[in-house]
Amino acid sequence: MNGWTAVLAASAVCFAVKLLGYVAPPRWLERPRVARVSALVTVALLAALVAVQTAAADRAVVVDARVPALAVAVLALLLRAPFVVVVVLAAVVAGLLRALGLAG
Amino acid sequence: MTTGPRDRREGCPAAAPAQPDTGRRPAPARAAVWRQSLSVGIATGTYGLSFGALAVGTGLSVAQACALSLLMFTGGSQFAFVGVVGAGGGTPAAVATAGLVGARNGFYGLQTSRLVVPRSWPHRLLAAQATIDESTATSTAQAALHPERPELARLGFWSTAASVFALWNVATLLGALLGDALGDPRSLGMDAAAAAAFLALLWPRLRSATPLTVAVAAAVVALGCVPVLPAGAPVLVAAAVGVAAGWWTR
Repeated sequence: MNGWTAVLAASAVCFAVKLLGYVAPPRWLERPRVARVSALVTVALLAALVAVQTAAADRAVVVDARVPALAVAVLALLLRAPFVVVVVLAAVVAGLLRALGLAG
Repeated sequence: MTTGPRDRREGCPAAAPAQPDTGRRPAPARAAVWRQSLSVGIATGTYGLSFGALAVGTGLSVAQACALSLLMFTGGSQFAFVGVVGAGGGTPAAVATAGLVGARNGFYGLQTSRLVVPRSWPHRLLAAQATIDESTATSTAQAALHPERPELARLGFWSTAASVFALWNVATLLGALLGDALGDPRSLGMDAAAAAAFLALLWPRLRSATPLTVAVAAAVVALGCVPVLPAGAPVLVAAAVGVAAGWWTR
């Protein structure tokens, strides 16, 4: 894919969504159902990204070094670690397991 | 850039001690707004470092990572974009996912347009680009704390947006340069880091049963689609779980 086309198109779409709140008649967006759908779509998308980023390789579901790394991330989040610590810990776990030849 | 307004207790009436300054002492309230803006900006800087490094790790150039932070300027969407691109998804899937993750900014604009009250089109366009989790959180918190001083809500909106914009973009550049220098993303565990980043973005939203159920169902649906759909599509199919749950639950 052309990286720049995607970068610019996605940025334009995100800006248009932001502008919508300034130009749309409020009653369009003020329905509780619309706000609820928006909140839960974000949850669904992020959860799907977690799943795919953890266990998908091309067109297959696989278990590799990313799964234990994510388990460590869950533990760090339960212990209220800051964002950057969670991310770095996951990278270190996956990197170490691969360096030691313990996981793919 | 990543958490909703309800996650920022700072400045909420319930969390703050009673403050007697109702207009007679304007400086402390304004200084408090600036302090809060700066601390929020510094906090998002750490996300920016992660974003820059992960974006380069998934194959974007340093310039593309920086362009996303300058032009898209909404963290959740930026992470989602590089996630789809990293999984091999095409332009339509990356654009659609980023747009859907950014949908909440449209709702923020409804609130902030009443606080910021843009008076011209350039002003409105600038305010729209500045409408993110953090600027919305600070301005609505100030509006709740000082309902009689709307200028504090306006200040909170613009000062937070400026602080986050500056630090987010500098951090993205540094993170991207770092990611570029580090080399092979997979041996460094950058793929696992991306998964952990999404989980950390999701985490604060899982405070009740409905979002938790939606998250688990969406993850299962996405993985179920992986063997049969092209890259990027499973994430979009999983969005339907959120639509259905939001439409039929209450």
